[in-house]
Amino acid sequence: MQTTTINNNFKSEEYFINMGPQHPATHGVLRLLLTIDGEIIKNVEPDLGYIHRSIEKMCEKDSYQQIVHLTDRMDYLSSHINNEAVCLAVENALELEIPDRVKVIRTILDELTRISSHCLWWGVMGMDVGALTSYFYGFRDREMINDIFEETCGARLTMNYNIPGGLMNDIHPNFVNRVKGFIAHFKTKIPEYNQLLTGNVIFQKRTKGVGVLSREDAISFGASGPVARGSGYSCDVRKYHPYSALDRVSFNESLHTDGDSYARYLVRIQEMWESMSIIEQLIDNIPEGDHRVATNAVIKLPKGEYYQKVETARGELGVYIISTGTKNPYRLKFRSPGLSNLSLLNHIAVGGKIGDLVASMATLDIVVPDIDR
Amino acid sequence: MTNQELKDLITGWFNDPTAVKLEFTEEGSQYLNLSIHRDYLHELMYYLKMNRNTSFDYLFCLTGVDWGKELEVVYHLESIEHRHIMVVRSKIEDRENPVIESVQDIWKTANFHECEAYDFFGIRFKNHPNLKRLFLFEEFKGFPLRKDFTDDKNMVVK
Repeated sequence: MQTTTINNNFKSEEYFINMGPQHPATHGVLRLLLTIDGEIIKNVEPDLGYIHRSIEKMCEKDSYQQIVHLTDRMDYLSSHINNEAVCLAVENALELEIPDRVKVIRTILDELTRISSHCLWWGVMGMDVGALTSYFYGFRDREMINDIFEETCGARLTMNYNIPGGLMNDIHPNFVNRVKGFIAHFKTKIPEYNQLLTGNVIFQKRTKGVGVLSREDAISFGASGPVARGSGYSCDVRKYHPYSALDRVSFNESLHTDGDSYARYLVRIQEMWESMSIIEQLIDNIPEGDHRVATNAVIKLPKGEYYQKVETARGELGVYIISTGTKNPYRLKFRSPGLSNLSLLNHIAVGGKIGDLVASMATLDIVVPDIDR
Repeated sequence: MTNQELKDLITGWFNDPTAVKLEFTEEGSQYLNLSIHRDYLHELMYYLKMNRNTSFDYLFCLTGVDWGKELEVVYHLESIEHRHIMVVRSKIEDRENPVIESVQDIWKTANFHECEAYDFFGIRFKNHPNLKRLFLFEEFKGFPLRKDFTDDKNMVVK
């Protein structure tokens, strides 16, 4: 038997490689500068801005109705919730009384958006760790939600259905039935998801103990959404600062304490169940009434500052408006959940392997246009 | 804690609140606003996080504002334990060379957000380990979110 002699003079050397901006696992145009030693990651530095469109600067020249349209293009998987954030901020500033019908419809659409976003994430998550089948399962179910959106909102991805004061149009007569049909369908599909991925030994080995984030770090890094809740940090904006019809439904905040990629995965699976439960509580009693209240054609917010938090599929989105009483905001800041969640990537990836970095990134669920704005 | 309790507690930390330009206001905002001279900001922030009664451990928004004559940095803080929210703001008069103490040693999330404020407003954060442009490229001239920024090529004039 031949023995291998190890050269004691052999020294490993750190070197650096590019991941992205066209890497399939970075989900958009994100470039990561990796410093690695062999396959062990020593440092991860994100290089952002490939899809920066200066939305905040554009907002300073736009009316509030126009701003709503720009928010779709940030986190395009939660576009309905982004729209709602701006509308709520404007409505609160104007002290408009929003009809119950609008509130309930908004919440139903929010939760549908969340399910659709998580479906896409689930499909892509599987693909990132090497299970291509999940991609088709996820997109199949997401397609049904997109069809519902198309029928009611007129668009599949960038809906623009919310306007300051209510909704652009009333819901389609088919809406209630189709949503109920989808819920019945999707309830049989999540067990399928679990069979395919959740219980899969290979998948568990790829994600358990990978990218561990402690609760203290999650808070310090400003993490929100499923990333934070996977670390046992209870931060659901829907619970702590309820908006629209969320104060009249009961749901559980999904929390896991392990803090690893698998915990973040489980949080999102559980959130899909919770979202379905919220929709079920509301879908049968959509109140009658108007789908909007009249606002002035030119909306001028009173002088002051307004902050609105909402929970998108990725975490806490904040809209911070400073108004000087004119028809444009003086300054508008979007606090995007993605930027804070991305900032902790270096922390959880260092010391792991490149393959683990892909798994960690998949569970951070980054949407790059949301970060770059 | 209520806004009044917060006000009383924080004022009590300073021997002479007027010397550090400590001011509270609730006008035109849904939260309690606190403004302080930038030289005392870091110390105040440290206490706001570490004090058991305030315990502002979640910095959820950090941004700059250009008020024309001066720049301002605005910090939105929330306490996970007490669930109270406060806004801390600090003005910088020197537009040519705006410098303020970094808070990234208190909240790690400030690291990226301060880079963003530097990128858009040119505010330099002292003691920041890696202050660089976050979105724009290094050769970019000017700071686009300042009100006096002009770009004939890329900006739409309305």
